[in-house]
Amino acid sequence: MSNIKVVKEPLIRFTKRTDISRTKTILIRAAAVVLSLIVAAIVIVCVTGLNPLEVYVSMFEGAFSSTRRIWITFRDTMVLLCIAIALAPAFKMKFWNIGAEGQMLVGGIVTAGIMIYFGNSLPMPVLMPLMLISSLVVGALWGLLPAVFKAYWNTNETLFTLMMNYVAIQLTSFFVAQWENPFGSNTVGIINANTQGGWFPAIFGQTYVLNVIIVVLIMIGMYIYLGNTKQGYEVAVVGESENTARYAGINVKWVVIRTMLISGALCGLAGFIGVAGVDHTISTGTAGGRGFTAIIVAWMSKFNTYTMFIVSFFLVFLDQGAKEIASSFNLNEYASEVVTGIILFFLLGCEFFINYKVILRNKSKEEA
Amino acid sequence: MSQDVAIRMTGVTKTFGTVIANDGVDLDIRKGEVLSLLGENGSGKTSLMNMLSGIYYPDSGHIYVGGNEVSIKSPKDAYELGIGMIHQHFKLVDIFTAAENIMLGLEENGRPGSKSVTAKIKEICDNYGFEIDPNKKIYDMSVSEKQTLEIVKVLYRGADILILDEPTAVLTPQETEKLFKVIGNMKAAGKSVVIITHKLHEVLRISDRVAILRKGRYIGTVDTKDVNEQILTEMMVGAKVSLNIERDEPVNTVKRISVKNISCNDREGLPVLKDVSFDVYAGEILGIAGISGCGQKELLESIAGLQEVSEGGHIIFSDPKTGNDEELVGKSPRAIKELGVSLSFVPEDRLGMGLVASMDMTANMMLKDYNESSGIFVDKKKPEKLAKKIKKELGVVTPGITTPVGKLSGGNVQKVLVGREIASSPTVLMTAYAVRGLDINTSLHIYKLLNEQKKNGVAVIYVGEDLDVLLELCDKILVLCGGQVNGYLDARTTTKEEVGMKMMYLSNHGGK
Repeated sequence: MSNIKVVKEPLIRFTKRTDISRTKTILIRAAAVVLSLIVAAIVIVCVTGLNPLEVYVSMFEGAFSSTRRIWITFRDTMVLLCIAIALAPAFKMKFWNIGAEGQMLVGGIVTAGIMIYFGNSLPMPVLMPLMLISSLVVGALWGLLPAVFKAYWNTNETLFTLMMNYVAIQLTSFFVAQWENPFGSNTVGIINANTQGGWFPAIFGQTYVLNVIIVVLIMIGMYIYLGNTKQGYEVAVVGESENTARYAGINVKWVVIRTMLISGALCGLAGFIGVAGVDHTISTGTAGGRGFTAIIVAWMSKFNTYTMFIVSFFLVFLDQGAKEIASSFNLNEYASEVVTGIILFFLLGCEFFINYKVILRNKSKEEA
Repeated sequence: MSQDVAIRMTGVTKTFGTVIANDGVDLDIRKGEVLSLLGENGSGKTSLMNMLSGIYYPDSGHIYVGGNEVSIKSPKDAYELGIGMIHQHFKLVDIFTAAENIMLGLEENGRPGSKSVTAKIKEICDNYGFEIDPNKKIYDMSVSEKQTLEIVKVLYRGADILILDEPTAVLTPQETEKLFKVIGNMKAAGKSVVIITHKLHEVLRISDRVAILRKGRYIGTVDTKDVNEQILTEMMVGAKVSLNIERDEPVNTVKRISVKNISCNDREGLPVLKDVSFDVYAGEILGIAGISGCGQKELLESIAGLQEVSEGGHIIFSDPKTGNDEELVGKSPRAIKELGVSLSFVPEDRLGMGLVASMDMTANMMLKDYNESSGIFVDKKKPEKLAKKIKKELGVVTPGITTPVGKLSGGNVQKVLVGREIASSPTVLMTAYAVRGLDINTSLHIYKLLNEQKKNGVAVIYVGEDLDVLLELCDKILVLCGGQVNGYLDARTTTKEEVGMKMMYLSNHGGK
């Protein structure tokens, strides 16, 4: 026996978990939050010399310190959530719609147009449905184009929807120039600032209640659509395997087109909410990258619309917190974004430990 | 430890979550022997061998190679210890040549095309009787050539212990013969060969010893000369089993489907089926024999409405209820269904076509009839009941009907699929390789189900690869060769040799 190999188990091994209890999942997530706060605290002390506890308190204050702030947190959550819900059916079909930004913008453009041309002439009960339906239709059409090309010529939907974003942005610039107000400002300004024509009406004295109602209805509706309807079932089968779908007698082309019509329409609706319910103006920043953030929301939630609510809320909270830290400690916004970045990193990273088990070498085992 | 033991495993245990794949397995592999590893589906054969080849790492237990305890952490470690595994699904790069695939991942010097490499490949081929062209691209190779290449690849890396996972599942009888000869040569050269297989007659022919696993536990190792199929099956199953396949005389046969002059092309536009015509009768089992890739898949898919058929072809379905003749060519699966044709199809690609891997049993049960209830919502109660029924009646081993079917073992996946297709009380039942990869007990169960369908007056089409089974189970056998019909034989009177010949040589081309 000349070359005796030293027998050693590897130091760390990973094995896939097949089952994990709910409490354990929650514990892992909680541990991730605690760890992230500790790491972020170290960074805060090292970089800024501030008291990390004060920073965390001010983060909370940013999102929750007054009724107004709470409403703003909810308001932003709703827009983000609406886009994420819109993406859910497309993603479940494995149709990578990264054109939410554009689909939302075109929905916003029609809404703004209707506000400008008819906002002071048409009565509210006509105006609101008109804006709602127009934004749905335009968003759907914006989603239809890549879907048709995908269904009939198998083009790459990722590139197609992405490029459509830039078209939508240019289109927005064009209309902003058209509707410039006051002249020379290069913005549309607040539309109907005096008459509030076409603005979402306040309900129970609160400005953003209608936003919440619309999005919550969609959230419940989409949950049922994906989980309990025949169409939702078709979406899931097509996403899993086109061959299986054909075998089951599903018209794959039609399902692709139909699903993208829905996805695009709901993105258009987010544009309607963003313009008529939040900003009361239109600019190339109306979507503000939320079409992309929503992709993260949709994935983190595994396409469960209720989970999407929690994730959107959390992301908006981090965002508000970052702004608050920046202003109250006189930091630039990048520093505060580092903090929120650390928290996000830990939360996403802990998914690994939920999916895999780590086995350390058993130290008590004697070596051969 | 005696000198002739190449590998010794003691107390090897491996679990996946709550599933115990191997439970304290002890196994010896001797030098210069052919050892068969036998067990039902899900008995842990492949996972045990995967621990030798470095794919999995055991939770506990010891592995000794040549008398020394070793720790095999990766396939590379396995190669260094002289262990090579040929997997069921080949791991080759399609656009590379044979030589490039052999060299892949090796750090030694030498370009794939260089003389030294070619010479070494040639030497291996000559020694063991392989036929391989080092410059041939993988995509030009047949299944058997790819398998040969996998074996050469392993030998090139200096393996002394070869593990073959179901090597004959995809081979013709002639190719199997060739493989067995090569295995014989390797044994003569002092190499140890472990083969995992479900085919008992092959086990008896080729191996020196047989090791048996049952539900993850090691049952024992026996000398092949002391056993027969009956004994092996009973060791495997742990109970008495009758190995005979029943075959009743067909009664009340009527023509159900008439296929006339069907031709079709594959995606590249190459002809796959050429002018195929035959009849299928209700109350009979029609076997379809042929080397893999001879148009069996396209033929079944044409009937199911999934494959476009060239002009001039007809598939006429005679409806037993109305007595009408319906043309199926040019109709989608849904249109065929709407005609009232109850067609069941167990496709070859179980998880890629017949089932949705990520969905549970219930959701898979409604795959073909989710659309039949009224309203916009899916009815989950009926499929749930069906899922429970199939789980119970066919003995599907699963943690529950809510487990994704992709997580079940191959045999159980097949039970789910066959169960669903039979439950829709079809008038035509088509199965492609229904028992591929299934153990003997499950296979017998599937044959029984097919026979029940035949008795109920269903026209059954059985595409198979095991000629013994085709001859025992079917009433008639249609032989395909290169996409053409090369014989329509009576299964009761024909012989294995005749079918094998017709699979290989087209009669009207004077090949033989």
